[in-house]
Amino acid sequence: MLKARIIPTLLFKDVGLVKGVSFDSWRRVGAAMQSVRVYNLREVDELVFLDIAATPSGQRPNFHEIDDLADNCFMPMTVGGGVKTIEDIRDLLAVGADKVAINTAAIDTPELIRDGAREFGSQCIVISIDVRRGEGGKPETATHCGRQLAGRDPVEWAKQVEHLGAGEILLTSVERDGAMQGYDIDLVRDVTAAVNIPVIASGGCGNYAHMAEVLTQTRASAVAAASIFHFTEQTPREAKKFLAANGIRVRL
Amino acid sequence: MAAGLTVVVDYGLCNIDSMIRALEECGATQVERTRDPRQVDRADRIVLPGVGNFAAAMRNLKDWGLLTSIKARSASREVPFLGACLGMQLMATSGEEGSTAGPIEGLGLVDGEVVKLQQQNADERIPHIGWNEVARKGHSGLFDGIPEAGDFYFVHSYHMKLRTESAEAGRTPVCGGFTSAIALTDKPIFGTQFHPEKSQKNGFQLLRNFLAV
Repeated sequence: MLKARIIPTLLFKDVGLVKGVSFDSWRRVGAAMQSVRVYNLREVDELVFLDIAATPSGQRPNFHEIDDLADNCFMPMTVGGGVKTIEDIRDLLAVGADKVAINTAAIDTPELIRDGAREFGSQCIVISIDVRRGEGGKPETATHCGRQLAGRDPVEWAKQVEHLGAGEILLTSVERDGAMQGYDIDLVRDVTAAVNIPVIASGGCGNYAHMAEVLTQTRASAVAAASIFHFTEQTPREAKKFLAANGIRVRL
Repeated sequence: MAAGLTVVVDYGLCNIDSMIRALEECGATQVERTRDPRQVDRADRIVLPGVGNFAAAMRNLKDWGLLTSIKARSASREVPFLGACLGMQLMATSGEEGSTAGPIEGLGLVDGEVVKLQQQNADERIPHIGWNEVARKGHSGLFDGIPEAGDFYFVHSYHMKLRTESAEAGRTPVCGGFTSAIALTDKPIFGTQFHPEKSQKNGFQLLRNFLAV
């Protein structure tokens, strides 16, 4: 059977890794290469690497940095941040990304999803959907590293990206991000019920029980987490032992 | 150590670097990426990696003259060949991905067709992404030293439907079960639907087994 994946998220800004709260208040948490090497030794299921400064500053992905990281990364890696064109996708795959995450550009030019899937296959096109809850708790899709609202309902947008050929969704709650109070279960449940492609739940993980909660109460295929690995003693391996003890299939 | 020239065929769509680095880690002494048919002609081993769309990949292999070289070299019994992910799918007789006008011809190294995975229940998601087990079939040696039903990393929406069952070297229990590894009985020709280069210990052992053929 397919195993639930535990995915550390690495956020890259300027020269190193950062972690914030609700996509703000960034703290430096070390060097990217060092983290990749550690996760490689620990044989984590997969890594998500996002350059959060690229889109807000209008830059292309940092291919050179990613090339170096990928050379030290013998595990699957999803790379995002600043991806705008077919050439960006091609170049990221060429330097070692297994999947490419697209957020803002997918909203601006949805045909990028369709063209990317046609050229490289659906399986490597990951659409990153950031969600803010507005008035009355209504979920809204956000772009530009959470700064702008796209005026779209995340569930409808998820269905649309699946229809266009996306192979996976990285679903992040902006408010929950860094708060370590648990995933937005309602959001993950609604999105996973609406699509048939895999969904990675992201934003809010503070302990292993939060992972178990989202994996049992929704149809999420994977959980992403950052703060618990940066700021606590908790590890992906211990997380998997906990999940296995709670009847969730993981790779040990 | 695995001496001789191992070429990794670059058809313009793949994450070639990971495969090259993994082969080097596994003891291949001379690994070269190539788009040049002449390099394929002199290779001691050929690796066709994954990622991309079947139609786009076949178009590039044909246009760049690689198709003829790969077919000629793999027809001999001396040149081990490994296709990974899309690379395995390309070994089939035909594939339906990326074509609206019927199946597209593949390399024809193995008798089978590449078709879309079919979801059997709401818990199964397509693409099939993540770690899943491979139950070995036959005695190919591809899985020597790897725990039975060991996990490998998959990321794909299509799979190969074999017409020659004897070529099946591994099977994975999703979407009703599909062929996740192939090995011909009369030639050193192998394929894996998963990514050995991304499958850590199990994947590296499989690559070492291939290099030792």
